[in-house]
Amino acid sequence: MRLELVRRPQHSALFSALSPFIALFLTLIAGAILFTILGKNPLAALYSYFVEPLTEVWSIHELLIKAAPLILIAVGLSVCFLSNNWNIGAEGQFIAGGIAGSILPIVFPDFQGWYVLPLMLLLGMAGGAAYATIPAFLKVRFNTNEILTSLMLVYVAQLFLDWLVRGPWRNPQGYNFPETIQFNASAILPEIWTASGRAHWGFILAVLAAFAVWFTLSRTLSGFEIKVFGRSARAGRFAGFSAGKLTFFAFLISGALAGLAGIAEVSGAVGQLRTSISPGYGFTAIIVAFLGRLNPLGIVAAGLVLALTYLGGEAAQISLGVSEKSARIFQGIMLFFILASDTLIYYRIRIVSRLGDAAAKGA
Amino acid sequence: MTTTTIKDGTENPLLEARKLTKIFGTLKACDGIDLTIGAGEIHALLGENGAGKSTLVKMLFGALQPTSGEIFWKGQAVTVTSPAVGRSLGIGMVFQHFSLFDALTAAENIALSLDKKAPLDRIAERAKEIGQTYGLPIDPDALVGDLSVGERQRIEIIRCLLQNPDLIILDEPTSVLTPQEADLLFVTLERLRSEGKSILYISHRLEEVRRLCDRATVLRHGKVVGHCDPRGETTSSLARMMVGSDIHIIERPAVEKSEAMPIPLLQISALSQKPRGPFSVALHDINLVVNAGELLGIAGVAGNGQSELFDAISGEVQQEQPGRITIRGLDASQLGISARRKLGAAFVPEERLGHGAIPDMALTQNLLLSRHSTDKKVFVSGGLLKLVAQSSLAMAAKRIVSKMDVRKSAENPDASALSGGNLQKFLIGRELDRSPSVLVVNQPTWGVDAGAAALIRQALVNLARNGSAVIVISQDLDELFEISDMMAAMVHGRLSQSVPIEAMTMERAGLMMGGADASSHSLNAGVA
Repeated sequence: MRLELVRRPQHSALFSALSPFIALFLTLIAGAILFTILGKNPLAALYSYFVEPLTEVWSIHELLIKAAPLILIAVGLSVCFLSNNWNIGAEGQFIAGGIAGSILPIVFPDFQGWYVLPLMLLLGMAGGAAYATIPAFLKVRFNTNEILTSLMLVYVAQLFLDWLVRGPWRNPQGYNFPETIQFNASAILPEIWTASGRAHWGFILAVLAAFAVWFTLSRTLSGFEIKVFGRSARAGRFAGFSAGKLTFFAFLISGALAGLAGIAEVSGAVGQLRTSISPGYGFTAIIVAFLGRLNPLGIVAAGLVLALTYLGGEAAQISLGVSEKSARIFQGIMLFFILASDTLIYYRIRIVSRLGDAAAKGA
Repeated sequence: MTTTTIKDGTENPLLEARKLTKIFGTLKACDGIDLTIGAGEIHALLGENGAGKSTLVKMLFGALQPTSGEIFWKGQAVTVTSPAVGRSLGIGMVFQHFSLFDALTAAENIALSLDKKAPLDRIAERAKEIGQTYGLPIDPDALVGDLSVGERQRIEIIRCLLQNPDLIILDEPTSVLTPQEADLLFVTLERLRSEGKSILYISHRLEEVRRLCDRATVLRHGKVVGHCDPRGETTSSLARMMVGSDIHIIERPAVEKSEAMPIPLLQISALSQKPRGPFSVALHDINLVVNAGELLGIAGVAGNGQSELFDAISGEVQQEQPGRITIRGLDASQLGISARRKLGAAFVPEERLGHGAIPDMALTQNLLLSRHSTDKKVFVSGGLLKLVAQSSLAMAAKRIVSKMDVRKSAENPDASALSGGNLQKFLIGRELDRSPSVLVVNQPTWGVDAGAAALIRQALVNLARNGSAVIVISQDLDELFEISDMMAAMVHGRLSQSVPIEAMTMERAGLMMGGADASSHSLNAGVA
C-alpha cells in the first residue's frame, strides 16, 4: 500500500482563500496538544502565547519591532519566490546589510548629522543586495542551485559578523565583551511614538515596502514579467524577457530589503553590533512569505502573526516555564500546515493498493 | 443526413456500452452513449474535439468512472475501476500523448508499464519479437529521448500488445506520422484485425477512416449522432455528421502573376546550429526565402528539427554569426525575439500552454505576453513605471475574440479554461491583430477541432494574400496542400528545397519527408 497525490480537476476557490486561516487554526490545535503533553493547561498556555502579548501597549510596540524585519524580508522574498528564484539566504543578506550599514557609526563615529541615518539605510540595502548578487551570479553564470548557495552564504555571513565583533570592531572600552561601540544619536533609527513604547520606524519602512512591491507586482510590466517567469520560463523567453536579468532583479530586490531590515534592526532595536543580531528572522520570513500567500499585503498580516510567536515564546518562558525555543516549534508547525493545506487544495490523497500503476494514467 | 444505421456488428459483441454517461460538474461530457464493438473489427470513433471521445474511451479503459450506464465485456457486465483492471480484462490503450520517460530506454519504459515483474532482457526480447511480427521495428536499448515520434508510438503500441489485449484503443495515431509511416501502421492494424483482435480507432482524418474502418460511431456534444459504414460514406458526409453542418472550404485565390520582382520578407541562408541538449536536433545548412504574399508550408515528422528551426527564426535562440536570418531586408540573426517582432515578425509556437500562453493567466495577460514590446504605446503607460494598461488590453482581447470567434465561458478566462481550438484561435488572432508582415506558425491546428482548424487556415491564407510572408510548419499534409503556395520538408535537421504547390504530390511530399527526394539537395544551393 502506498499514498499518491492525485491532482484535483478543479480546486476550490473558497478553500484557497481560507487556507492560511485553516493552517493557523490547525497550528493552534497542534500547539494545544503539545502543551497538554507537557502537562500544561492548553488554554492558559495558548492565552499567554497568543493573547497576552496583545493586551498591553508596550508589548504591541515589541510586536511591531519583531514584525518589521519579518515583513521587509518576506516582501523581498515574495518577488524571488514568485519568479522561481529560491532565495533561502535572506538571513545572510540581513546580516550583510546590518554590517554594511554599521560602517558609518562604528568606523567613523565622529561623522554625525541628519544625513548619517539615510546613508546608513542605503548602505544597508547596498550590502544586502551585493551579498544577494553572489547566488544570483552563480545561478545565471554557472547554473548552480541557488537554494544551496544562498543558504551556505548565511553561515559565511554569520561567521564574518562574529569575527568582526570579536575582532576589529570590538569596543575597546567594552571590558572585552564581544560588542561594538554604541551608535551615536544620529545613527539611531528613531522611535515612532516615544511616549508609549520603543517601536521604531522600521515598521513604517516595512509597510511602505510592502505597498511598493504590491504595486509593482500587480500593476506594472516588471510585475508581469516576474509572474510569467514564475509560471513558465519558456513562455517568459517567448515574451522576450531575459531570465538572467530577472534572476538578478529578484535577488537584488530581496537582498536590498533584507539588508534594510538588517540595518533597521541594528540601528533601531539594538543600537550596536553584536555577534548575533537576528533570532532567525531571515528563515522565519520564508514562513511569513508563504503564510501571506506571496502577496505583499498578506505578508504584512502574516508578519504580525509570526512576530507574535516570538513574543509568545518569551511570555511563555516567563509564565509557563517552557523554553522560548517553543516559538520555533510553532513556526515549524505552522509552515507544515500551510504547505499541507495548499497541497491538499490542489491534490487529493489516494491510497493505492498493490495493483495501481503510474504509467497507465498518462492521459 | 445520410446516416445508415447498422444493427450490432456481430451477434456476440466483444464490448458493449449501454447508456454510458459522464458528468463533470454541470457538463455532460458523455450523454447516454451506446457503443458496440464486435470481435475482429476496426471501429472508428469520430467526433470533433470536445465531442466526448476521450471521456468515453477513458471510461472504457478504466481511467474514469462513468456517472451512470453499463459496460459489458464478452457478454458480462463489468466495472472497470482502473486501467490495471482494464488491462487485465484485455483492453489496451495507446494514448495520443505518449506517457514515456525520455531518459529511459524503450525496454525500460515498457517494463514500467507491466503489471507483472519480468527481467529486462526478457522484455527487450519479447518487444523485439512483437515488433518484428507486426512490422513495428524498434531498438529496445535506445533512449526514448533520442527517438522520433513515430518510433515512440511504436513503443506505445508494442507495450500495449505485450499485454495480449483483445481490444486495442488508438487515439489519433496517425497525427504524428508521415503518409508512408501511416501506411505501415495500417498494415499492422489490418494484421491485428486478421488475427481476430478488435480496434477502436479514434481519428478525425476521414480519409483514413474510410479506408481502414469497418464501422464508425459518430459523436457530437457528448451524444451518439449516428452509426455508419464509413466505406459507404464520403468524407464530406462524414464531416457533416461530425460537425453538424458543412465544413468551410478554404478559399485560396490564385496569386496574380505580376511582372514586379518578388519582395523577400524572410530569408534564411546557410543556417546551421549544434544541438542544444541531449534531446535536441542539429540544424544543417538551412536556406529558404519567403516572399511577400507567399505561404510556405514546411512538412515533416515531428522531431526533425522543426522546433529548433522555429526557435531560430523567432529569436528565442540567437545565431552566433550575422547574416543568417534576414527579416524585411534587415539582419536579424543576433536580435532577440522582441526586436524581431518590432521588425514586423510574429510567431505562434507549437506548444500552446506553457510556451505560447500561460495556462493560469487570463486572456488579457496572455495578450500582453507577446505584444508588450511591439504595442508598448497602447498596452504600457506611465513612463518609467511601465504600468500595464488593463483597459486597452481588455479592448484588444475583445476585438480578437470576436474576430476569431473564440468561444469562452467567462469574460476574461484563464488560458487553460479554453478548449484547444479556441485557445489556438486566440493565439493566432493575437498575432494577426498586429497585421505582421512575417508570420511563422508551428503546428497551427494540432489538436484543434475541424471548425476551428478551417477558420485558422483561412486566416493564414488571407494574411498571405494581403501581402505578408507566412511560414506554416505542420505535420498535417492535407492541411499544407490546402493552404500552401510553396512547400518544403524537414528531415534530420535539413530543409528541402521549396517546391511550388502545383508541382507537389502526396507521394513526393512523403519522399521529401523521408529525405529521399533527390532533387531537393542538388537544387538547394540555387535557392539561397
